[in-house]
Amino acid sequence: MERPVIIGVGMTPAGEHWRLSLRELAVEAILNAMDDAGVDKVDSLYVGNMISGSFVEQENLGALIADWAGLGNIPAVKIEAACASGGAALQEGAKAVMSGLEDVVAVVGVEKMTDAWPSDATRYLAYAADAEYEHFHGASFVALNALIMRYYMQRYGYTEEDLALFAVNAHANGAKNPYAMFKRTITVDTVMRSPYIADPIKLFDASPVCDGAAAVIITTKEKAKELGVPKEKWVEVAGFSRAIDTINLANREDLLTLKAAKVASERAYKMAGITVKDIDLFEIHDAFTIMAALSLEAIGVAEKGKGVMLAKEGQIAIDADYPIQTMGGLKSRGHPVGATGMYQAGEAALQLRGEAPNGIQVPDAEVALTQNIGGTGSNITITILRRV
Amino acid sequence: MGKPMQVSRYWRHFKEKYRLIGGKCENGHVFFPKRSVCPVCGSRNIEDFQFSGKGKVLSWTIVRNPPSGFEYYKPFPLALIELEEGPVVLAQLTDVTPEEIKFGMEVEMVTRKIREFDEDGIILYAYKFRPPVK
Repeated sequence: MERPVIIGVGMTPAGEHWRLSLRELAVEAILNAMDDAGVDKVDSLYVGNMISGSFVEQENLGALIADWAGLGNIPAVKIEAACASGGAALQEGAKAVMSGLEDVVAVVGVEKMTDAWPSDATRYLAYAADAEYEHFHGASFVALNALIMRYYMQRYGYTEEDLALFAVNAHANGAKNPYAMFKRTITVDTVMRSPYIADPIKLFDASPVCDGAAAVIITTKEKAKELGVPKEKWVEVAGFSRAIDTINLANREDLLTLKAAKVASERAYKMAGITVKDIDLFEIHDAFTIMAALSLEAIGVAEKGKGVMLAKEGQIAIDADYPIQTMGGLKSRGHPVGATGMYQAGEAALQLRGEAPNGIQVPDAEVALTQNIGGTGSNITITILRRV
Repeated sequence: MGKPMQVSRYWRHFKEKYRLIGGKCENGHVFFPKRSVCPVCGSRNIEDFQFSGKGKVLSWTIVRNPPSGFEYYKPFPLALIELEEGPVVLAQLTDVTPEEIKFGMEVEMVTRKIREFDEDGIILYAYKFRPPVK
């Protein structure tokens, strides 16, 4: 089956947008993506968003955003998969194009988190966990990840300093990304001096609550040609898949295996006709430093228990073998939850077009992987993008 | 701390939350909580199973920034407990200081208050785990 192509990318900076509402953020990202592609209308809109109903008392985002973006009476829906909503929306958009039912599709991921009080934001995020057997007991998402991190450190003998290296790498790259929330470098010491949120997770192990939106325009190669979009802008959606795992962390066969990422990545590699060795850069879901380690292991970059070794051996930097979080990742660019998967897609597309900012362009990047995690690994999307 | 939902939302879970009753399928697989389909073999023939309430700490954390509604109780220890029958359960630890918590520490189930609400009187109780009383 012919693979669709991304022909336009648009995003807002991630951060605390006190003056901008959810609809304004989403519309800005969509219009930027349409301008980038040079299209003035789309056949359909998919909105990746986790929990606008709680954060800003607004659902029915398909109608709201398509209306305010001036897209006319098109089909438009919200896709929800917790923090993987953006990645899931991207895949639904690609599927729509591949089905032949829709020619030119807009996909936007958006989340407006800073209107809520911080402890309410913590509660809304916890809705992605098992309401009855996790959130009921006072578990926050940070706490659930902390349980995994402590267990991982004990099992494999790593220290908090070791895990901190993922945050240091993310900030080193994000410092050069104008769209990143935290445009500054940090050291292991910065992480170690930050306060515990849920031991052993410290503030600087965790990605920030913030606002943002990112969008892409997807179409067929035939239509891209017809629209006159220059080929340098085409990025093929070469393969994708997603999978679920138990919603309740306690019910996992193995606490330290992101089985959903393992299953989904194997299927996505097969669909793209590649192996993990063919991938030039990885935008993985480092909501917490421990998730970066587990993700690298699940997608086959590192052996089980060796994810942290890649960071310790300097293999995750821009000029190394396995560049990750090339634009700052969730930690430095920011993690506006439902938008994150779309930031990853947009950033990976810019890398493959050779349009990444100075100092963080991965040389000759041809294939990129994006991995978007919902819950504590209960819903994971993997998407492979390729330069045409 | 917030407003509760209809009492039925909490009441329907009393069996598992007050008594730690889970499920056992016809092939002998036990799990917590009880569900309609055995997560191991897919059997739909499930009966109640009473767990002993004894287990060991698999991992733990101290929740310092809890979801709203739990601010009043912070900081509190939260752990994954491996029950002696095999399944793992997430629960708060109680009657213990953070410094005393260790990997593999033996614990037993006890029924305690989880939270209460500002108004309307309802108080939520459920299992927590504590070091066994000698």
